Amino acid sequence: MTTGQRSTDLSLGTATSWWRRLLLFARRLFSSPTSAIGATITLLFILVAILGPFIAPYGANEIIASDARQPPSSTHWFGTDNLGRDVFSRVLLGAGEILLLAGLGTLLAVIAGTLLGLLAGYRGGIFDEVIMRVFDSLLALPALLLALLLLGTVGRSQNSVLIVIFVVYTPIVARVVRSVVLAVKSQGFVEAARLIGESQAYILLREIMPSVLPTLSVESALRFSYAIFLVASLGFLGVGVQPPSPNWGLMVKEARTYASQIPWAIIFPAAAISIVVIGINLLADGMKRVLQATGNE
Amino acid sequence: MDKFGNAPILDINQLTVAYQHGDVWLEAVREVSLRINSGEIYGLVGESGSGKTTLIMAVMRYLGEKGGICSGEILLQDTNLLELNEAEMRKVWGKAITLVPQNPLSSLNPSMRIGDQLAETLHHQLGLESGAARQRSIEWLDRVRLPDPERTANQYPHQISGGMQQRVLIAMALCTEPQLLVLDEPTSNLDVTTQAVILDLINDLMHDRDTAVLYVTHNLGVVAQVCDRVAVMYASELVEDAATQDLFSKPLHPYTQGLIDSLPQLGDTKDSIQLRTIRGQIPAIGKGPPGCIFRTRCPIAIEICETRPPLIPAGKSRSSRCHRWSEIEEGTISAKQLSHNGESQRSSPFRESPTLEVDELKVHFPLRRSFGEWVRREPGKKVRAVDGVDLEITPNRTLGLVGESGSGKTTIARAVMGLVGKSEGSIDLLTLPLPDKLSQRELETLRLLQMVFQNPEGALNPYLTVGESLRRPLLRLLNLSKIEADAKVATLMQAVQLPHEYAERLPGHLSGGELQRVAIARAFASNPELLVLDEPVSSLDVSVQAAILNLISELQSDHQSSLLFISHDLAVVSYVADQISVIYLGTLMEVSEPGELFNAPHHPYTEALLAAIPLPDPSLRSAPIHLQGDIPNPVDHPGGCPFHTRCPRYLGEICATQSPPWQIDDKTGKRIYCHIPLEELKELQFEMKSPRPANTD
Repeated sequence: MTTGQRSTDLSLGTATSWWRRLLLFARRLFSSPTSAIGATITLLFILVAILGPFIAPYGANEIIASDARQPPSSTHWFGTDNLGRDVFSRVLLGAGEILLLAGLGTLLAVIAGTLLGLLAGYRGGIFDEVIMRVFDSLLALPALLLALLLLGTVGRSQNSVLIVIFVVYTPIVARVVRSVVLAVKSQGFVEAARLIGESQAYILLREIMPSVLPTLSVESALRFSYAIFLVASLGFLGVGVQPPSPNWGLMVKEARTYASQIPWAIIFPAAAISIVVIGINLLADGMKRVLQATGNE
Repeated sequence: MDKFGNAPILDINQLTVAYQHGDVWLEAVREVSLRINSGEIYGLVGESGSGKTTLIMAVMRYLGEKGGICSGEILLQDTNLLELNEAEMRKVWGKAITLVPQNPLSSLNPSMRIGDQLAETLHHQLGLESGAARQRSIEWLDRVRLPDPERTANQYPHQISGGMQQRVLIAMALCTEPQLLVLDEPTSNLDVTTQAVILDLINDLMHDRDTAVLYVTHNLGVVAQVCDRVAVMYASELVEDAATQDLFSKPLHPYTQGLIDSLPQLGDTKDSIQLRTIRGQIPAIGKGPPGCIFRTRCPIAIEICETRPPLIPAGKSRSSRCHRWSEIEEGTISAKQLSHNGESQRSSPFRESPTLEVDELKVHFPLRRSFGEWVRREPGKKVRAVDGVDLEITPNRTLGLVGESGSGKTTIARAVMGLVGKSEGSIDLLTLPLPDKLSQRELETLRLLQMVFQNPEGALNPYLTVGESLRRPLLRLLNLSKIEADAKVATLMQAVQLPHEYAERLPGHLSGGELQRVAIARAFASNPELLVLDEPVSSLDVSVQAAILNLISELQSDHQSSLLFISHDLAVVSYVADQISVIYLGTLMEVSEPGELFNAPHHPYTEALLAAIPLPDPSLRSAPIHLQGDIPNPVDHPGGCPFHTRCPRYLGEICATQSPPWQIDDKTGKRIYCHIPLEELKELQFEMKSPRPANTD
């Protein structure tokens, strides 16, 4: 092999090796039935969220007056609610909103939590002490209570739900990241980086961050599933997203009064919530297993 | 039966043990035979991965799910251990066979008093009533020379030191009068002075006992000091088996010869001799070459070595797994590995001012004040890790800093590097004062000052390739472009004798010795004036250690750097250093040239250290000077001379109250921190010759 060929191989090598690592990760994930189910459910719901507006047979708030309170049938797969809205369409259309709100909220919490966790763990001292004590006091309150408190002050809207997710989950992510940083920062390679005068940002992002990533990705998946549950719960309590939005929690709340007459209007949105939360949890478990096995190699 | 009519206690016959790895079985022990007679201490030596642990686990029938015994037999007197079921084995464990493990603390129940644990063993194994068991356990604690057995019996394991815990375990293992005692690296985690006491204890306790002892270790010095017979294992095979005296005076297998040559002897210096190394590395389990397992690393391999040699009886009661043992014995060939270059010529320093000057350095760590102290407005307590140390390193020279754990040697290194702040004193690099904090030091200062860490696994980022780790100091400290840096990485890899394709690998795919080479390459990358090495070889196997020490000396003379070399191993330090400072409890005790280290007068602490080192020469079994007790907690710093609480030459009042003077010996140039006049010390201490085994050259 000539040198020229060798270098092309190498430049390709990095690209293919990422692709191969991803494939290897996927293959290992699908090797266990539970995590395969989890991954499939999660992918399916993301697909529904994206394609929902195109495949839903009716609009979210389209009232078919003649067909109110219909049981599931070939025209209305999940039946209709007491106002005559198609439950199947509403579940499909609701997926986008709930995944987007929960996803965006989790993303913000993960970014802020990671930065604060990295800094608190690495710098220590007063900075760490102040941040962690504030987070402790936030964590002392049950998540839902904290959410109700916040919504009472910032008002009820989609943006407030985002803020709630952000405030509730940032401390949790920060604590997890900080614990990994504490274990890594006394290792020789971090001290070696300090000894060649690397900046704090470089040490945090290039030296420490790779060790945090496996734990962080599992934690993010878990937070995402809890965030979905939180959005649905707030909808159910009537303090989050407001009607007539097709929020799954809100749908359960609205149909609750007529539970004995139109049980399908409760069962289907409730099932959607549980299935997606269980699916993402299974996926997170699988990711943890695969990442630990890879780490041990 | 052997010729003395003794039946062996343990008789292992052609034992093969394998582990399941995926679909294949890999042999971790291959056709090993050995016999241990009653009252015999049998040493089993090997580097990590040689299969010695698997062998003892097989004897204990404790291999785990993935391990299995493929063939062979293990006889304990008349019982075939391989035919026993688990219930029957349970009766053997703890009674007929007992084990003293490497890590004593994890083998003791942390929530039970020591006396109760011993009594429980006695009750369970010998059926003693609780009163009698209690009485007997205190007798045993006394027999293993614990200073106050009654008190120790009432303590919990964490309240006593590692050396004392190991003595408790020895008592526990011996109290049932076992037929076979297995000692698995019992002193590897202990300091050298503590180790000497334990070895002495083992020697004495076993003296008139019928128990057969299997002593597993990687330390040739320990073997020479305690064992009657030695077997050497290499890559799953037993390669040589001989009486200790014979093995050390004339090894008949090239691997044994290589192991003995790899050890720096006390008195060797890098200017007088280059350490011989064994080329290559130990093959992974199941990956050895066909034929003789050592063939690919052997300096005298010939065609016949492609067939596997049996364990050949070589003279009376010894055997070697080498086709050419008789030629080695007759001396017609030499199995000594050639050292790969001649004497290193070292230029005289062209700059007289010291590279590093440390003056009255103190590093104290304050402890949080207790509530009582806060109320009484007392000052908080401090850990006095380093308590007034002077060091000076001249250009292109090496200062060796020796001390046991807790002596403050690592803290000095970290203070010099700026990783901990100093409390008092000054540190000057090239006559300019070094700022305390790393962030206040300029890039150029950082370039001049680099460090190699003790644990090679943690020293490299597991997520960055070796090349990326090496490139970083070049980009930052030398301002090279990416292309220049890549070229320099290739040169560095070559300098530390690693193949260049390793640059693309992640640290997880490298062995400990290879990782340490990368770490050394990274430290030398910026061409530093001063390199601090904190125990760079203590976690490595003997043969790897020799190669790394040679590499460090070579790079030092290429780069003209000064070194601060920190170690607990006097032999290693005296090999690499031009000057040795002995430190105890944050204070220097003695400063000496390595060549004069063995000549009296010594500081009493150095004397104890020297006497405690197990020499790899069975003819030099010395009665060590025992140090009583443990190194004191640096919070309760003893006044006067810090060594007075353990000093075997304690004078009285003056040692406990007054700081000793630095005395300078005119003849040897040694500086000694002691109240005893040098003339008197010299008379007390017999002249220690620098011990070199008879077989060398």
